[in-house]
Amino acid sequence: MAKKHKVEPIGGPPSDVELLKVESNYLRGSLVGSLSNRITGGLPELDNRLLKFHGSYMQDDRDYRNEREKQKLEPSYQFMLRVVTPGGVSTPEQWLVMDELADKYGSGSLRITTRQAFQLHGVLKWNLKETIQDINHALLTTLAACGDVSRNVMCNPNPYQSEIHSEIYHWAQQLTTHLAPKTPAYHEIWLDGEKVVDSLEQEEAATKEVEPIYGPVYLPRKFKIGIAVPPSNDVDVYSQDLGYIAIVEKGKLVGFNVSVGGGMGMTHGDNQTYPQLARVIGFCTPDQILDIAEKTVTIQRDYGNRSVRKYARFKYTIDRHGLDWFVDELHDRLGWELEPAREFKFDHTGDRYGWIKGKDGKWNVNLYIQSGRIADTDTLKLKTALREIAKIHTGDFRMTANQNLVIANITGQKKAKINALLKEYGISEGSNLSALRRSALSCVALPTCGLAMAEAERYLPTLIDKLEPILEDAGLREEEINIRMTGCPNGCARPALGEIAFIGKSPGKYNMYMGAGFSGDRLSKLYRENIGEEEIIDTLKPIINRFATERGQGEHFGDFVVRTGYVKPVLSGTDFHS
Amino acid sequence: MQLKVTNSPFTEEQAELFNRLLPTLSPAQIQWLGGYLAFYSAGASSAAGSETSVAIEAVSAVQEAPAAAVIEAPKDATILFGSQTGNSQRLAGKLAEKLKGQGVQVTLSSMNQFKTNNLKKAGHVFVLVSTHGEGDPPDNALTFYEFLHGKRAPRLEETKFSVLSLGDTSYEFFCKTGQDFDKRLEELGAQRIVDRADCDVDFDETASAWIASVAGALSSSAGATAAPASAAASAASVSLDGESEYSRVNPFKAEVLENLNLNGRGSDRETRHLELSLEGSGLTYEPGDCVGIYPQNDPALVERIIEELKWNPEEPVAAGKSGETVSLRNALEHRYEITVLTKPLLEKAVAYSGNEKLAELVKPDNKEQLKAYINGRDLLDLLRDYAPWTIAPKDIADLLRKLPPRLYSIASSYSAHPEEVHLTIRKVQYEAHDRERNGVCSVQASERLEPGDKLSIFIQQNPNFKPPVNPETPVIMIGPGTGVAPFRAFLEEREELGVTGKSWLFYGDRHFVTDFLYQTDWQRMLKDGVLTNLDVAFSRDTKEKVYVQHRMLEKAKELYQWLEEGAHVYVCGDEKHMAHDVHAALLTVIQQQGGKDSEAAAAYLAELQEQGRYQRDVY
Repeated sequence: MAKKHKVEPIGGPPSDVELLKVESNYLRGSLVGSLSNRITGGLPELDNRLLKFHGSYMQDDRDYRNEREKQKLEPSYQFMLRVVTPGGVSTPEQWLVMDELADKYGSGSLRITTRQAFQLHGVLKWNLKETIQDINHALLTTLAACGDVSRNVMCNPNPYQSEIHSEIYHWAQQLTTHLAPKTPAYHEIWLDGEKVVDSLEQEEAATKEVEPIYGPVYLPRKFKIGIAVPPSNDVDVYSQDLGYIAIVEKGKLVGFNVSVGGGMGMTHGDNQTYPQLARVIGFCTPDQILDIAEKTVTIQRDYGNRSVRKYARFKYTIDRHGLDWFVDELHDRLGWELEPAREFKFDHTGDRYGWIKGKDGKWNVNLYIQSGRIADTDTLKLKTALREIAKIHTGDFRMTANQNLVIANITGQKKAKINALLKEYGISEGSNLSALRRSALSCVALPTCGLAMAEAERYLPTLIDKLEPILEDAGLREEEINIRMTGCPNGCARPALGEIAFIGKSPGKYNMYMGAGFSGDRLSKLYRENIGEEEIIDTLKPIINRFATERGQGEHFGDFVVRTGYVKPVLSGTDFHS
Repeated sequence: MQLKVTNSPFTEEQAELFNRLLPTLSPAQIQWLGGYLAFYSAGASSAAGSETSVAIEAVSAVQEAPAAAVIEAPKDATILFGSQTGNSQRLAGKLAEKLKGQGVQVTLSSMNQFKTNNLKKAGHVFVLVSTHGEGDPPDNALTFYEFLHGKRAPRLEETKFSVLSLGDTSYEFFCKTGQDFDKRLEELGAQRIVDRADCDVDFDETASAWIASVAGALSSSAGATAAPASAAASAASVSLDGESEYSRVNPFKAEVLENLNLNGRGSDRETRHLELSLEGSGLTYEPGDCVGIYPQNDPALVERIIEELKWNPEEPVAAGKSGETVSLRNALEHRYEITVLTKPLLEKAVAYSGNEKLAELVKPDNKEQLKAYINGRDLLDLLRDYAPWTIAPKDIADLLRKLPPRLYSIASSYSAHPEEVHLTIRKVQYEAHDRERNGVCSVQASERLEPGDKLSIFIQQNPNFKPPVNPETPVIMIGPGTGVAPFRAFLEEREELGVTGKSWLFYGDRHFVTDFLYQTDWQRMLKDGVLTNLDVAFSRDTKEKVYVQHRMLEKAKELYQWLEEGAHVYVCGDEKHMAHDVHAALLTVIQQQGGKDSEAAAAYLAELQEQGRYQRDVY
């Protein structure tokens, strides 16, 4: 098959990180030495970059950075550890290990990320190794939870179609395993794995490709994969570099539509960066998805921008060369072609809370977890409650893309007990909360995230407190509106897909976006720049009131603000700034 | 220039002796030697002949001797001091000065540098020594103490002596070392010419009187020119001040420039970093020196004491023995010690208490009960436990000790921070006997001291804790907790002077994140090469508690190598546990790495100590 589109990979001198990766000898760098340096709790910048591939990066408590500097103390360096949990699934045993590690080495809380992974904060450098060992003993890993590789593969936790879930989850696991880095560095550094010393093996190693998919320089940037099961688009499949949309016919999974080139991150003030929606390019059968993922990754490996990191995501590679080029290149590498895409329909991105009985007769309960933060507070012992449940639970736990938690596969026998525990600890299924709060998503931001320019997790609940009376007065308490907030434009809480979204600019100031599609198929648009709480309320109040009175039948907030002209619709990221 | 037979008037043997000696001399020694030789050639005396380390004193004494006194055989006095913080040493210097003024030929030496075979030749021996911990001699008195109490001690029938001992009545073994020397010298046949004086923490008056008595005894026994002054009159004339206008007895009011907590949020400790201004004081200091602070008692505690006795806080009372009068409140806040009980205090208090149980408690039979009672209690406890009281405000001058200054190792180099001095003060606060107890000075620094306030301070030199003279000499510094303070001074000084020798710091505390005192200073010094090695141990971060001595043992090989290269070892901080553990670790290192048995290792370390290569500032 002749190539229709001949393109050259974008040139330019490689960025510092690219050089670092080359010199790191498959992610080793000088990590071992830096980790054992007792004089600083931190790592040099280059090792910190490498550490990301191992699932961790250095942070510090930014609230006290200046105070500590005065005290002649270095910043209180601590490490975030992210655990790869494909589809957000873990066993009760694994849950208990994570729960214990949060207290033993972390800051006492666990976080469900927007990509269905566990996150521990506040781990000290000297405790990293033991923490990672304990995680691995629980048959989990932190390898490739961050870094320029394929990240935790997302999939719908789907308690409704229980028979589909196991298949989908299987593929999420397969994708994760297939795309995991193969370097023995992780094993060597954290798990006391022995280096390859035998000369014969060394010879063999020299001829054998250490990273058959990634090669020695890995990807130009992170790479995200998600699997959606319509009608739910909870994984925000259009925000993924590579998406699979399950096609279920007559109750059977027949295959997936493939979507490519989505992504959320951008840089304030640089219009060449933008969030983008993935586009559906065809259909494949389940057994083809690993091959597609591998080839797509290799195309990004070969054509992604390795000179400027902020232009390196896969979406820019596709937009630079065109979708047709990509499809041709993919077909070329596959040696076969995708079938035409099949019909499907998404109707929401949020979670469905409460108790649900699966087709297999097992029970599932979807709990609301504010900002995905699993902690004990004076008023709510959420972490303790989930620990008590994990002790008796025989099914699994599923973290959702909306940072909530499904306790899944509960036997009829255990249902009453688990329900009693939930009642005892006052854990909400979300039914008592406003629909706005249930539909909220925020990233960690301050104080630990080094990128944050403003608050997110710590502030969004307060903002919602102030919006709720307005919605209440307008009779919209039960109206689901996707509201999202991030501390910076990197987009961890997928703000470009929020019907109302805030991206931090500076402490207390946000850019406000509106108009994304309720089912995640349209981007939001900048509506107000650099505004504080008072202006946010003043801006939103009349729009909400008008929405209450003028909305069409079943019309969602995002659609309404587009129809009534508050913002223009954004169907491609290239129009995001225009 | 190498001296040879060909280029000098000396014999080969003489030239070789010179060649061996001359390169080792410091500029000060060379200067002195010039004067000495001039004097020597004048043929005035052969007195200096046998003196060694103390020849300076001998010769200058003769130089200063009045012509009249030279006619008689000059008297000699050997003044030996054992000093940890420098007080005994300073007092010994004062005595030496005083006696030299009387024409006495003085030998002044620290005990461990004194050649013991000269002891028998000494006509007068004066011992000034402090006591530490559980009645222990100071570091630089140890070997001499052991010698004198051992079988090799000579009979001293021809010797006259007197002892000045320094101590603290709040400790059980008050002035024990001085008492031991006093007793032992008598046993060896020496004749006591002035009774031993035991000084409490407020030593100035007692020490001055003793110096005057000794001076008087020597001049009267000489039957020489001047009539001996009465001890009291003479005492007044003995100034214990140094060269500066400001001193222990005339402290400088230093302005607080900075007062911050070095422990990060979440720490269970609090350590203040104080920066004080010395501007206009003329005070200077060297690394290793200390600052004495006259603190203020907690006004709340003073208030409660006054309430307890239903006194009038404004009533005028004596501020001390000087005759100055201040209000009762002022006296209790600034002049008298109210946070520590001592045996003498309780004995005196019997006279003012209508409670028979107090009289019972101080009986010799109840020694253990008394010891248990005073431990951890203060004046307010005493007042509450043994009421009713017949005491009047005027009686506090009789009952209470003067509020002693608190000594802190200086944490800055004067060259790096001209006209400033930095201190590292850890807050002492704990519960005992159902009340919160506050360290007087540390809690003042923590809770009642702000930039702009003033503190009464003086500089206390510590000649026994000094960096090596030779800049190439490697230094090993072991200072966990606030013990790291003087090493900040050492290293800042090295940084200023551009010293190129190797340096190694061992530091430890509880938690890395919050308790790493001066962390960013050390990181910078490491980066710049001022500090060669830094090893740290944080005891509460790991399951197994790790302390500095463990890090020393981990680095045993390198540590021993440094010792063999001539490194000086400095230890600062807690005496009770740390200093002992570090000492043991050093012995282990020497034993293991040097292939020595325990006796040889101990001898190795003792030799380091004698050479001034193992110095400690422990408390």
